Amino acid sequence: MKLHVEGLSVRFRLPGAVVQAVTDARFTLDQGRCLALVGESGCGKSVMAHALLGLLPANAAVTGHAWLDDLDLITAPEQVLARQVRGRRIGLIPQSPAAHLTPVRTARAQLAETLRELGRPDTPDALARRAGLRPADLDRYPHQLSGGMAQRVANALALAGDPPLLLADEPTTGLDRPLVDATMAELRRLCDEGRSVLLITHDLRAAEQVADDIAVMYASRIVELASARAFFDGPRHPYAQGLLDALPTRAFTPIPGQPPELTRLPDGCAFQPRCPRATALCEEQPVLNEVACHHA
Amino acid sequence: MLEATAITVSYGRHQVLDGVSLTVAPGETLGLAGPSGCGKSTLARVLALLQRPSGGTLTVDGQPISRWRHRARQRTSIGLIFQQPRLAVDPRFTLLDVIAEPLRAARRPLDRAHELAEEMGLTGELFTRRPHEVSDGQLQRACVARALALEPRYLVCDEMTTMLDASTQAHLVTRIEAYRERTGAGVLAVSHDAELLDRWAGGNVRTWRHRPDVVVNGSGGRPEGTSRDVSDRRIATRPNAEG
Ligand SMILES: Nc1ncnc2c1ncn2[C@@H]1O[C@H](COP(=O)(O)OP(=O)(O)OP(=O)(O)O)[C@@H](O)[C@H]1O
Ligand SMILES: Nc1ncnc2c1ncn2[C@@H]1O[C@H](COP(=O)(O)OP(=O)(O)OP(=O)(O)O)[C@@H](O)[C@H]1O
Ligand SMILES: [Mg+2]
Ligand SMILES: [Mg+2]
Repeated sequence: MKLHVEGLSVRFRLPGAVVQAVTDARFTLDQGRCLALVGESGCGKSVMAHALLGLLPANAAVTGHAWLDDLDLITAPEQVLARQVRGRRIGLIPQSPAAHLTPVRTARAQLAETLRELGRPDTPDALARRAGLRPADLDRYPHQLSGGMAQRVANALALAGDPPLLLADEPTTGLDRPLVDATMAELRRLCDEGRSVLLITHDLRAAEQVADDIAVMYASRIVELASARAFFDGPRHPYAQGLLDALPTRAFTPIPGQPPELTRLPDGCAFQPRCPRATALCEEQPVLNEVACHHA
Repeated sequence: MLEATAITVSYGRHQVLDGVSLTVAPGETLGLAGPSGCGKSTLARVLALLQRPSGGTLTVDGQPISRWRHRARQRTSIGLIFQQPRLAVDPRFTLLDVIAEPLRAARRPLDRAHELAEEMGLTGELFTRRPHEVSDGQLQRACVARALALEPRYLVCDEMTTMLDASTQAHLVTRIEAYRERTGAGVLAVSHDAELLDRWAGGNVRTWRHRPDVVVNGSGGRPEGTSRDVSDRRIATRPNAEG
């Protein structure tokens, strides 16, 4: 299984404005690899994941291609996505999982139903253990779960269909460090067994544990694509450098300036207004060639 | 002082908090860590007067609390930033409505909502959007602004930054520290991120160690150590509130 994203863009139409949520994304996720997608809050990570699964609302316009082997996910009919793709070929761990669980059914009932729908032989208990939950916790309703427990239920649900590709959108929120480590080990195991993982995360330490490659997104565009080792040795894009510097283990200083407005992005580099290295060159949109920066 | 003494909370047979005591002083930033499911959010709701405990006492600046939720008079003295922003907002509200809601209820001028939104790094295009039209981190920032709207004496931040990138996280912590220094408010920061807590609270962190397995009459649920016991872990590099 291989995912090849080619010129993927997403626009939201709103009264009086258009939101450029994803612009011309290009990357390949090979079998057995883990790609971590990192970037500023609101830059388009979750929208990109939802676009791959045809889960965007009606005011979204998606263009470009996303090839899952020889199926184009962007043009595939809803029926194909619903019957063959979601949960089976691509699993999704949604961000804010508690908001996605059915409030009136226990975690166990939801896992059991998903397993039944997908025709899987596993038991809810076995799945729960893989996600770091005690089987006894499955008898609770969503509102009775702690934040980290709801996260683990969502992680278990996404593993139910044993999909060859997993889109994990912030799979570690609410998890303590031992649980984060266990979750990353589980993702690594999936990759080592030949599945692929797109990991969206703000937890750079978790990303470092598991990712083969890192994609950095800023203002709807991928601005750096690097091997995890090269990235953590020293990222090249000024935004990525600022992001690492903001870690509490480092300077803990935010990148100066305001986040970009995706309703009125400049023609040139969107990071320019906040960038210490900006020059007149940056009025022109830099092309992504490992890094999208005129000065890197 | 925001002072919780011997707080117990049970959900049916499950005893989640078993005699927990914790104090947040005005002007203090206290960090609280502990395993997933050990009862941190439950304690946060008790401290914010949103959940009546089964036992124990809570006092706010010396006043004992006897009424909870909307009947608690001191309710606006404590701001809570919920762990899960998607569950904490009315989906029909715009982001600006979310922030202005407490101002409106208290009949205060609403312009403050704009200022707060901008302070949290929300740009103008987002003000009129509804929760499903913004990212999770954008929604969380609106929730932080909402919690600050009435200038609470105490602020409880329950996993405030887990859904935020490192830069936005540093930005929000800087804003909250500036608020604390300006107003002398006390801050309780709950998080799983030990490095963040250390940096944010300058080493003033309590770590809850019990495993979340307590069922009826269990003896767990007591945070170990007091904020003073951990002063040896204080680090020199306090985040600079001016940023
Ligand atoms: N339905 C929608 N209509 C209009 N704009 C939207 C809609 N959904 C999302 N957006 C905008 O698209 C952009 C990308 O959102 P997305 O949820 O992908 O961000 P993200 O990178 O996942 O952020 P976070 O790290 O906060 O989760 C945001 O600026 C958001 O405001
Ligand atoms: N309304 C409820 N009814 C029954 N049990 C509940 C309820 N709310 C919470 N619990 C249980 O109480 C325990 C503590 O939950 P709480 O949300 O306080 O934990 P937490 O420390 O915040 O965890 P996390 O780090 O995962 O957010 C958990 O076992 C949870 O299942
Ligand atoms: Mg997101
Ligand atoms: Mg919690």
